[in-house]
Amino acid sequence: MSIVGTRVVRIEDQQLITQGGTYVEDLRAEALTGAVHAMFVRSPIAHARIASIDTSAALAAPGVVAVYTAADLDLAPRRTGPVVEPWLAGEVVRYVGEPVALVLTAERYQLADAAELVDVDYEPLQVVASIDGALAGETLLFPEPGTNVLQTTGGEFDDRAFDDCEVVLTRTIVNQRVAPAPLEVRGAACAWGADGRLTLWLSTQNAQIARSTVAKGLGVRSADVRVITPDVGGGFGAKIGADPEPVVLGWAAKRAGRPVRWTETRSENLVAMTHGRAQQNTVTIGGRRDGTVLAFRLEVVQDAGAYPRALFLPTLTELMATGVYHFPKVETSSRAVVTNTTPVAAYRGAGRPEATAAIERAMDLFAAEIGMDPAQVRRVNFIRPEEFPYTSPTGASYDTGEYVQALDRVLAAGGYAGLRAEQARRRETGDPVALGLGIAAYVEITGGDSGGESGRVLINPDGSVTAWTGSSPHGQGLDSTLAMLLSDQLGVPMDKITIRHGDTDEVPRAVGTFGSRSLQLGGSALRQAADEVIEQARALAADLLEASADDVELADGGFRVRGAPASGPVTWAQVAGQAELTADVWFGEGTPTFPFGAHLAVVEVDTLTGKVVLKRIIACDDAGPVVNPLTFQGQRHGGLGQGVAQALLEVMNYDADGNPTTATLADYSFITAPELPDFELVESETPTTRNLLGVKGIGEAATIGSTPAVHNAVVDALSHLGVRHLDMPATPLRVWQAITDARKAN
Amino acid sequence: MKVSIEINGRTVTGEVEDRTLLVHFVRERAGLTATNVGCDTTSCGACTVLLDGESVKSCTVLAAQADGHAVTTLEGLRGDDGGLHPLQRAFREEHGLQCGFCTPGMIMASVSLLAHNPRPTRQQVRDGLEGNLCRCTGYHNIVNAVMNASGQEVQR
Ligand code: FES
Ligand code: FES
Repeated sequence: MSIVGTRVVRIEDQQLITQGGTYVEDLRAEALTGAVHAMFVRSPIAHARIASIDTSAALAAPGVVAVYTAADLDLAPRRTGPVVEPWLAGEVVRYVGEPVALVLTAERYQLADAAELVDVDYEPLQVVASIDGALAGETLLFPEPGTNVLQTTGGEFDDRAFDDCEVVLTRTIVNQRVAPAPLEVRGAACAWGADGRLTLWLSTQNAQIARSTVAKGLGVRSADVRVITPDVGGGFGAKIGADPEPVVLGWAAKRAGRPVRWTETRSENLVAMTHGRAQQNTVTIGGRRDGTVLAFRLEVVQDAGAYPRALFLPTLTELMATGVYHFPKVETSSRAVVTNTTPVAAYRGAGRPEATAAIERAMDLFAAEIGMDPAQVRRVNFIRPEEFPYTSPTGASYDTGEYVQALDRVLAAGGYAGLRAEQARRRETGDPVALGLGIAAYVEITGGDSGGESGRVLINPDGSVTAWTGSSPHGQGLDSTLAMLLSDQLGVPMDKITIRHGDTDEVPRAVGTFGSRSLQLGGSALRQAADEVIEQARALAADLLEASADDVELADGGFRVRGAPASGPVTWAQVAGQAELTADVWFGEGTPTFPFGAHLAVVEVDTLTGKVVLKRIIACDDAGPVVNPLTFQGQRHGGLGQGVAQALLEVMNYDADGNPTTATLADYSFITAPELPDFELVESETPTTRNLLGVKGIGEAATIGSTPAVHNAVVDALSHLGVRHLDMPATPLRVWQAITDARKAN
Repeated sequence: MKVSIEINGRTVTGEVEDRTLLVHFVRERAGLTATNVGCDTTSCGACTVLLDGESVKSCTVLAAQADGHAVTTLEGLRGDDGGLHPLQRAFREEHGLQCGFCTPGMIMASVSLLAHNPRPTRQQVRDGLEGNLCRCTGYHNIVNAVMNASGQEVQR
């Protein structure tokens, strides 16, 4: 019986639960002997001209090996988008947390002492701490482009787009800035070898992308850099490739002639690792009172932070603007602005959660306006199963979807009618604890346009299997999933399969893990490689069996002559003894797939205090056939947790001077165990035809659906009080304020 | 100053600065790197170890304070049969970990939780692990792991 589709406990776990993982900070590699410790001195001011930097006091501090500033750094400047982002700021700082110097010390505890002594004379400049401030353009972050708007798309709107509508609504919806904040902060260690090559151990999602970035930054050949990914304690999109810091560390290791270790602090992580979301989206939705939406317009403004590191985010939001709905008339535009805040880049979902949040809030606003149940409004507008493959008005080519079914399943599992009755009862009795129901239906894009992925399979002489994948897991359990696939395909037990990844010397060409692409692309690549190996093996087995290769089949872990059960079996070890059995492939052009689903959230809101309690969340996340239900559910659980947290708790805040006010975990709220309910998962599997496995990605899906579901539930709980919208996160103060405002207005 | 701490049954002695944190003593002097540092505000629980059998955040205890005391880390955890501790087994069975960074602290905190309340309700488990953050799992399977280890039903 195939193990694919069964609940298999992870092979990763044995080490993690007995000795812990080996994260960058745990490395005891010989090459790192005598390593110095590194800390970046970061700007405490959001926008300033640097008048001078005096490092003399720091250099005299105990244990200090070196202090480097921009003046020392002889690296070619780096362009991010249309501007130059310095490796270390030397003239102007543009956000709190921007690196201005690097301190190296012999002992870890000497770092903070020495860093304190680097004396930077800042001349403050006017701060642009908000999207509105950036658009006003009174202060520019960069003189060169002469504007804070660094990217514009679309915007040629048709004045008459909404003419046929009986109802038209416009609303600006803030998708707040959040911190990806993996539990393992960023870290790196590096050493130059006698051969003139740099080895860099990096907590990253893509060793190969990191290698290119670092080699380019250092001005050396890619072949001169080896990046090794040890265990990675979470990435969530924010550890794609390499940030500027590892480049500076590589340079410093060379200049100092010593290996270097770096681990940032949590507070540094919160201000200096890229943030996510940070969009302000204006939706205009129009339609008929029967629930039909006729026209939809989405205007995205992306706060890119101080440097535009990810200008694809707003355009991806535009691409996914219409979600699961068939709207006759659609218009989108986007602008990306720079502000004196931490740069914004990918975070779990990267552009798609923002699109989903906008359209799903818009659908609820529309439903409330026409007085129709939000579930019904969605049903009226869903893309129907017979319309697939479906090309959306913004150019996304959806593969397969069962949107009505996904919604119906969660509503049935949640007991929707009963919940609505309970809500009505509470309203009638004037219960101060209001019940709110929130629906979100979503489609998302995975394995998108970023080339394919590599896979290599080798049968060892003893019949065991080693496989190299270009994917780069950091908690997803991909080793187990890939081993299951190979075990199934090759008939080799899982404990005889080793999955290797994350070393650019072993896997020179790869793309890595992001956009929920690993199984569909990395998995397909290994499937293809294994198929090739089976073909090679069949020919060799045919010789041993004295049969024609066409008559030889792989069954029960060995090769036999088809229809002759007594023949053989010739084992993998026997075949591998004949010749090297290996295949190295590159799968696909990264054809995207479109997972989808529906979530139903049930909240209780104390209307006296504003406190929101998430009581239930029921989720249907369809990503095609499931290889391992254990890890598949794990990805959904994690996504739900993070998505709920955005709706209820998480926000990176800045004051008007650009000072982050949520720069520690004491201020920035991770969601904790008592704040979440047990998750209720509803299963559904709709395959795609766009890869060898029929699978779609699951890593980000549940984050995308849960945020608007919970957000909608909070608004729904307050709708009888006249509240139509409030921005996330739905903190008690926000909720209480919305109630108070609505009461005043009525 | 000189401190002497029994870690997982072995006495580790070392000269430390007054400000040396227990977590760094454990990681660097004793060479036991399962215990992780996830924050700088005693907020995350990744560094949780047992100090004389009680769970503490080892980033909040000075090595000097642990002088003469006994510390247990993940590496020192054993079941009665010398194999996996029931919580280690249960975290694996219930997929209570993903990236694994929170896991050592999570398991140590759970050991303490079950020592005080051998048959907790799901809500008691959630409340008991409030000081331990996990960014990956959404906690559902962590709660299952603790329920499993306490011999109770899980919700899959
Ligand atoms: S490192 Fe000790 S609580 Fe976070
Ligand atoms: S498993 Fe990654 S933080 Fe908990």
